[in-house]
Amino acid sequence: MALDAREATRASAHARPRREITTAFVVSRIAVLAVTAAILLYAAPPLAATGSWVALGLLCAVSATAAWLYLTRRFIPAKYLIPGTVFLVAFQVFPVVYTLTTAFTNFGDGHRGDKAEAVTAIETGSVRQAPGSPEYTMTVALRGDELVFLLVDPATKQVSLGAAGGLTPLDGARLGATGKVLAAPGVSVLKAPEAAARGPEISALAVPTPGGLIKANGLSRAVEGKATLGYDATCDCVRGDGGTWTADESRGYFVNAKGENLSQGWQVNVGLDNFSRVLTNPTISGHFAGVLGWNLVFALASVVGCFALGMGVALALHHPRMRGTRVYRIVLILPYAMPAFAMLLVWRDMFNRDFGLINQLLGTEIDWLGQTMTARFGVILVNLWLGFPYMFLVTTGALQAIPRELTEAASIDGAAPWTAFRRVTLPLLLVALTPLLISSFAFNFNNFNAIALTTDGGPFPAESPQVGGTDLLITYTFRLAFGAGGAQFGFAAAISVFIFAIVAVISAVAFRRTRRQEEVYA
Amino acid sequence: MRMTLRHVFVLAVCAFAVFPILFVVSAALNPMGTLASTSLLPAGASADNFANLLTSDAYPFGRWFLNSVFIALASSFASLLLSMLAAYAFSRMRFAGRRAGMMALLLIQMFPQFLAIVTIFMIFTEVTELYPAFGFNTAWGLLLLYLGGALGVNTWLMKGFLDTVPKELDEAATMDGASHAQIFWRVIMPLVTPILAVTALLAFIGTMSEFLMANVFLRDTESKTLAVGMYGMIAGDHRNANFGMFAAGTLITAVPTVGVFLWLQKYIVSGLTAGAVKG
Repeated sequence: MALDAREATRASAHARPRREITTAFVVSRIAVLAVTAAILLYAAPPLAATGSWVALGLLCAVSATAAWLYLTRRFIPAKYLIPGTVFLVAFQVFPVVYTLTTAFTNFGDGHRGDKAEAVTAIETGSVRQAPGSPEYTMTVALRGDELVFLLVDPATKQVSLGAAGGLTPLDGARLGATGKVLAAPGVSVLKAPEAAARGPEISALAVPTPGGLIKANGLSRAVEGKATLGYDATCDCVRGDGGTWTADESRGYFVNAKGENLSQGWQVNVGLDNFSRVLTNPTISGHFAGVLGWNLVFALASVVGCFALGMGVALALHHPRMRGTRVYRIVLILPYAMPAFAMLLVWRDMFNRDFGLINQLLGTEIDWLGQTMTARFGVILVNLWLGFPYMFLVTTGALQAIPRELTEAASIDGAAPWTAFRRVTLPLLLVALTPLLISSFAFNFNNFNAIALTTDGGPFPAESPQVGGTDLLITYTFRLAFGAGGAQFGFAAAISVFIFAIVAVISAVAFRRTRRQEEVYA
Repeated sequence: MRMTLRHVFVLAVCAFAVFPILFVVSAALNPMGTLASTSLLPAGASADNFANLLTSDAYPFGRWFLNSVFIALASSFASLLLSMLAAYAFSRMRFAGRRAGMMALLLIQMFPQFLAIVTIFMIFTEVTELYPAFGFNTAWGLLLLYLGGALGVNTWLMKGFLDTVPKELDEAATMDGASHAQIFWRVIMPLVTPILAVTALLAFIGTMSEFLMANVFLRDTESKTLAVGMYGMIAGDHRNANFGMFAAGTLITAVPTVGVFLWLQKYIVSGLTAGAVKG
């Protein structure tokens, strides 16, 4: 308020025409400050509590900038762009950029964490029960919030408390008939279902002892074991009974003399390896070219097919003496109104060989989605069904914008209807609709749902179960990234960079051509 | 003669458009409720599938329906507002980085965003711990995620339409002493109703069908949307047995979309083209 008043005085002193301070102005500023304060109050405490100072700093900086931006009278465009941009950056730009950076690493199954985590995982994973070591009766308990083991030595009945910090004797525990601890001072014993719910935590807890580690074996037994593999910092290697595995920093693995590696590795920078793998590895580049070819066919066929069918119907209805256009229009739009995900699944079942509708109607027994060619035909047909109503809507609108005089003039000049369409109507339609056709192409190029919910990329040839007959690059990449064969995020990210480049280049070329077209016709 | 040909062609396309829907209706009315027993024309009429669906214990369909409609309405409304604000700036103001900003929006869209799903998963694992109200299994969290895509999808369409609204209108309002905010809310917004209707419908349909993100995000049965829940309904062994229920669910899912469509119908054709012409 004070600020505004001062501003007003200054403005009148300079005798510049300034807008008055309206109620709406004051209310909107108060609202902005209130919202910023509310967000800060809500978001800051958890960050402070967990000590995420970087995030807290970022939050404060963003809030302060936003508040300042809406309080000042300057930077008007930013006021309109900021709200959407904040979400865009947080949930699209940042994840995408982060994903891109993983394209230069070997991030994936076996390479999730850093080297220290890999060493810990290898050592704890190699723990075997030491011969002759006691098998404790174990009870799971909580000390404060910390999960601890109450261990009873079966021979001496001595109770010890095992935590991540080590093993300490515990007195005053009351034992039950099974040998488990019923109650003990300073800890609260967990009942069986409560303990079962914490299964992963229990199996992760390793109690260090002088001779090795105590780990849980189920929910009521614990054994002392020794790590059969150990990390040696002097040679940067892992030693064990089986030999020595030396760290290979370029691959993120411990490798032995024979070139074999331990399954647990760590994330390292692999430079352009992922990219060159796409281009040079014969099995992958062979797949890549094949998938890319079909992908282009699929996207083109979808766009051209939908456009041709939608435009055909729109043209047929676009006649002054045509009757029933309202009813036709509603019927034709129906596929667009149905939920796409559900209809994709319905189509999948209509193509079913044994009890699908298509075979029922045609009286055939074709395994539609089981053979590459019919499956490809099938998915294009499904996509046509889903996509043509949109094209129909759009062309109907665009047709109405084309002055009727133009086509009439053409027919007076003696042009046949087909020539008039090809030389007058179609070019004008294309000028209006090319941007939509391009974005439709970009969408269909990456049309994950259309494939994943119908064929899921199949049918898969016996010799390469990785790539199916109807796989698009995107479904193929998705399988690489999250598939059963182990996640390869880094490699998948590299392929998505290729996908991005392909779509961007095709769209850019198409847009450039549209510009030229517009100059000619518009 | 010519007219008859036109009618025959349009009727053929109508048949193509309608027969899968007819199949769904038939499956929904089929008293057996299985895929194998469903044919194109209903064998009998029974509301059993609907009744089973709405009273099912394993599938809280009503809950999913509410989740979906809430998320779709809220996200299309919010994303409409966000992209309308941005489109206003891009169309009416000249500032450094304007062209670059528009190109960036176009390019970001072309990156297959869901490949970033690992990163999104990691982000929301953190968020779930810090702010459970916006974490996994919540409608609000999913809403935030969807808003990330708000700008890219609609801004170009809206900007194209705004460019066709004569600038003289704003200038007249400025002369009368209106601020930029007043021009936006009182002059521009009323004029762009058609394009708002179109983008609202597109956003609504898109969100109702969104499967991939929601599938990763919503794991609790209670928090699922229709797309995720109904996918689970005919997954694996249930594919044949639950088909009738699934078909009934599909029809019910279409109801809100058709409702929104009918509500906005008169604006839609003009809106779509007006945006498209200017790209």
